[in-house]
Amino acid sequence: MGISIRASAMTDPITPVSEDREVAPPQQTVDGVPIAPVGGLDTALDQGLEVKARSQWNYARRRFVRHRLAMVGLVVLIIVFGAGIFANYIAPYSFSEIDLTNLISPPTTVGHHFFGTDAIGRDYFSRVIYGIRTSEEVGVFVAILSSLIGLVVGAIAGYYGGVVDNLLMRTTDLVLTLPFLAILLTASALLGQGSQWRVSIILALLFWTGLARVVRGIFLSLREKEYVEAAKAAGAGDARIMFRHILPNTLGPIIVNGTLAVATAILIEAALSFLGFGIKPPTPSLGVLVSDAQANPQQWWLTVFPGLTIVIIVLAINFVGDGLRDALDPTQRRVRA
Amino acid sequence: MPEPLLSIKNLAVEFKTDDGIVQAVDDISYDVFPGETVGIVGESGSGKSVSTLSILGLIPQPPGRIVSGEAVFKGRDLLKLKKKELQRLRGDEVAMVFQDPMTSLNPVLRVGNQVGEAIKAHYPKESDDKVKERVIELLRLVGVPNPDVRYTQYPHEFSGGMRQRAMIAMAIANSPSLLIADEPTTALDVTIQAQVLEVLKTVQEETDAATILITHDLGIVAELCERVLVMYAGKIVEQGDVHTIFQNPRHPYTIGLMDSLPKLTEDEDWLRPIPGQPPSLINRPSGCAFHPRCFLSQGRLPCHTEVPPLRSTDVGEGHLSACHFAEELVGRRSKFAQPVGAS
Repeated sequence: MGISIRASAMTDPITPVSEDREVAPPQQTVDGVPIAPVGGLDTALDQGLEVKARSQWNYARRRFVRHRLAMVGLVVLIIVFGAGIFANYIAPYSFSEIDLTNLISPPTTVGHHFFGTDAIGRDYFSRVIYGIRTSEEVGVFVAILSSLIGLVVGAIAGYYGGVVDNLLMRTTDLVLTLPFLAILLTASALLGQGSQWRVSIILALLFWTGLARVVRGIFLSLREKEYVEAAKAAGAGDARIMFRHILPNTLGPIIVNGTLAVATAILIEAALSFLGFGIKPPTPSLGVLVSDAQANPQQWWLTVFPGLTIVIIVLAINFVGDGLRDALDPTQRRVRA
Repeated sequence: MPEPLLSIKNLAVEFKTDDGIVQAVDDISYDVFPGETVGIVGESGSGKSVSTLSILGLIPQPPGRIVSGEAVFKGRDLLKLKKKELQRLRGDEVAMVFQDPMTSLNPVLRVGNQVGEAIKAHYPKESDDKVKERVIELLRLVGVPNPDVRYTQYPHEFSGGMRQRAMIAMAIANSPSLLIADEPTTALDVTIQAQVLEVLKTVQEETDAATILITHDLGIVAELCERVLVMYAGKIVEQGDVHTIFQNPRHPYTIGLMDSLPKLTEDEDWLRPIPGQPPSLINRPSGCAFHPRCFLSQGRLPCHTEVPPLRSTDVGEGHLSACHFAEELVGRRSKFAQPVGAS
């Protein structure tokens, strides 16, 4: 597909470039054979041709859109998360509303109990949708907060190096060695069940390590680059170099990591809630729902629907993350077929 | 004589390595006067770059260390400035052009923004529109065609010569009074070199900045510079105005350098390199560091017992050579001198 675009630029190079036709950027090749840009960019400009350069984001978007699984994941994610965000409009009932005429009803369209009801007549479709909302809040919040922490720690460690680096990275190692669940369970046991925000903050405080290491690695290698020296010679200060010159180079991994962190956070939160240490009822979260279902093993729908939702969300996020990883890798020039 | 713009005195820089201490720059002194172009030539590792990077605080410390010396720029000793003050000076009054334009531009930032950043870093209150206007004007000055389109492009859309032009634009953004060009053309092919040198010349005429040109290309020196410093093993071995250096060199190393260039005007089968290797800067040869490779020394005692001082020679005022037997070189001109010196 990508080849056909460039091939047309080769066979028909003088045609004025319209909106949707872009001049192939320099260094393009068709099957390894370089195409000399005919007349060069500046001649093209002098002739009054319009040239639209493809930005990196443009390339990334194209690569992402071509990534089928990622697109499927994205669509699923939009639907599921959309349902969570607009829970008040979509859910036929509120999450705690009781329909006494339909206790322990299997999935049915009667009374819109698509996912059935539980022993006290709460509509599980509504509860799952509200559960999605809780889970996505936790996931996104954890991802943002942990990315921020990881970014700052990694940037400072990688840029300054030496003692600072050692100190920060040993701290990171320490956090990394902490057994996740044990810490979380202890924290919950001490603090009791809480709001999703409290759970999120605790999760974020344990989650930043992976990103910190990645960011540090990138900073370590990039601070030696000539353009950093050039920026220094131009009078740029440390903060400017860190955040304007090096940070944009780390955006790819940060976005990918952040996306995947959403999935992990949702899983961990579900696990915590399942064990009864996470989010305090009556706020439904997907983990709480699965946990509640344990009491009534015969009512399969109480386990299957929230469980399936977790699986779908996590899978979708991981596919999207995968697609982003491929799309945001600037060394990968090729548009995926 | 006018007041020098930059006056370096007894500068010594060393690097700590696992093998020992490397004396990269060993007690050098020179002046740069307003508006002039000074060339620093020498082999790789002779301390050319370090001698200028160190005064701007651009060598990593540690392992680098400025042992002694002063570098007075407009009445202030750069080596005594605080980090912040030095940062304010860099890119404003003193600017640098680096060797490799391919890697000196950040691939993820638009070229226009990077050039503009040189302005923004020093004048953060300047409005974005004004900065953009100035950047486009700068790009035009250094000969980037279609500057308003180029402004929004990324470095990968620039050719090597264009990038070096952009780097030069960045360096002169704040009209520096001293421009340090560290092998500005080494990474470019010959035709582009000529263009970039032309740009440097124009820029210098335009801004009247004094320029320190670090290079190992004697042709460039002959073309652009008024004065030349020849460095060997961290020391200045000869200095003087460009015509004298080429026509009446008074140091065997300078002659060796020139002889090692292939001449297009003669039918030659062999290159004439300087025999031997550049010395290790950890274990510097005794006496004159060049004596093991010198054709003139011929095992004479002073060459390996006494470090020759940089002294004036018979050629005249302002010409200094660090050779015990500089006078023996009278009449010994490099073959290189004919085509270049005659012009």
